[in-house]
Amino acid sequence: MIGLGHYLTVAAIMFVTGIFGIFINRKNVIIILMSIELMLLAVNLNLVAFSAHLGDLVGQIFTLFVLTVAAAEAAIGLAILVCFFRNTGTIAVEDINVMKG
Amino acid sequence: MLAENLAVVAPELLLAVLAMAFLMLGAFSSRAMDGPILWGATIVLAVVGLWIGFQPEGTRTAFDGSFVSDGFARFSKVMVLFGAAATLALSRDYLQKNDLLKYEYPVLAMLAAVGMMTMVSARDLIVLYLGLELQSLALYVVAAFRRDSLRSTEAGLKYFVLGALSSGLLLYGASLTYGYSGTTAFAGIGVSLEGGHVPLGLLFGLVFLVAGMAFKVSAVPFHMWTPDVYEGSPTPVTLFFATAPKVAAAAMIARLLYDAFGGATADWQQILVFLSIASMFLGAVGGIGQRNFKRLMAYSSINHMGFVLMGLAAGTEQGAQAMLIYLAIYVTMNVGAFAFILNMEKDGKPVTDLYSLGLYSRVAPARAAALAVLMFSMAGVPPLVGFFGKFYVLTAAVDAGLVWLAIAGVVASVIAAYYYLRIVFLMYFGEAVDGLDGRMPGLHWGFLGASALAMLLGIVNLFGVETIAGAAAMTLFQ
Repeated sequence: MIGLGHYLTVAAIMFVTGIFGIFINRKNVIIILMSIELMLLAVNLNLVAFSAHLGDLVGQIFTLFVLTVAAAEAAIGLAILVCFFRNTGTIAVEDINVMKG
Repeated sequence: MLAENLAVVAPELLLAVLAMAFLMLGAFSSRAMDGPILWGATIVLAVVGLWIGFQPEGTRTAFDGSFVSDGFARFSKVMVLFGAAATLALSRDYLQKNDLLKYEYPVLAMLAAVGMMTMVSARDLIVLYLGLELQSLALYVVAAFRRDSLRSTEAGLKYFVLGALSSGLLLYGASLTYGYSGTTAFAGIGVSLEGGHVPLGLLFGLVFLVAGMAFKVSAVPFHMWTPDVYEGSPTPVTLFFATAPKVAAAAMIARLLYDAFGGATADWQQILVFLSIASMFLGAVGGIGQRNFKRLMAYSSINHMGFVLMGLAAGTEQGAQAMLIYLAIYVTMNVGAFAFILNMEKDGKPVTDLYSLGLYSRVAPARAAALAVLMFSMAGVPPLVGFFGKFYVLTAAVDAGLVWLAIAGVVASVIAAYYYLRIVFLMYFGEAVDGLDGRMPGLHWGFLGASALAMLLGIVNLFGVETIAGAAAMTLFQ
């Protein structure tokens, strides 16, 4: 029987994968965007699992809001990335270093 | 029923509708309208700020208690709106000189202001998240507002990646909180904590929520974006980042922790104490070697946010009051200081190098004096107003039994005083350089002078902010 714990474990693994994808990845900014989506999807899985477990609809409504906002966030991220690409001609992570830090 | 709800959110609605109206106006008219739209947005923000400031006392809730308009929210909103209005008013000349005067900027600033107002009024995790994202998404774009500049787009990209990461952390915390308390409403979370026992899942949720929000106030160890974003963004945008969003994020943390997690004070207090100490010291030490005024202001804001978090860490009504007073003073000082930075230029090009200020007191004695007053005030030198901000926060920490936190704060403010005083030193005793030219528009002079004067005259009674902030903090505990 697959219970709440299993869902939470999968979501936690996805979330941690997302975080590591942002920090360890040295190649490409697109991968960072994908990692961010992965984190948000992990959260959605969490919310839906809790919602089903609690028999409460709020979690699923929250999920819908998160999905909508994630779409907007990806759009803005890609737009900024395009502007950045126009200035540098690259989207490699190691080239984002004009300012130190 | 609906009408009552809408009456509570009327200021936000008005601002959102007008922002969209300005967007349409800008999109369907020539570029000649860009200037008037900027003025229009400035006036609208200031008027809505006044409107909220003169709203009658009392706590009004809407949408099943998920949105609240109480004294605390109104105090924070007035700071946010006046901060945003001052930013837009000061932006105009810089934007015009650098060919950035586009209608998108005021529209995005207004939408960010709506988001911030939602953040400080949220009493439900969903509303909090939506407000936070509305603010963040608008801010990502304005950070990258100078599209043809590598630094600006890089700042936007960095801010976006780290901001999205922080939103993810916050959301994960929200999902755990929802799962282990069974509700997203602050009141319901508070009920589930009654009895003093905090379930482990809820504790994890709390930690993730605080981590996500610490990003937004740029508290150490989540501060990495601050110096780069401050340096890379166009200066008016930096001013915006330094004022309104900080107020909104700090107020949001206060409401979440005091309202929803009031039953777990001992648990979040230690997190906030750590964030506060780390921010104060990193802000103080990191700013020492900086040559760039905007980067310096970034470390300065990290340091100041450490003090704000100290007030929050006290976990008392007095602490919330101290936090509000500190924020009000912080915003006033920053508006003045940035009115100066916006006018640092040579041959029409913006300059941010500190050494270009060498012997500036001979070039423009009055301006140098005003900036010196602001720097002394930021350093917390008595008897200026900046000292009282620190004094209230430290008193709140001591009264809450956090004596050593207060001592750490004093030590950190002494270290930070170095870089503020260095600016004064450079202006009065530095080496003469062929530094800055350029006049200062009257409006900017007005803001700089008013801010410096406020730091001097406020020592009489802080313009009554103390009582208002006290009443506002009280509503948080009802």
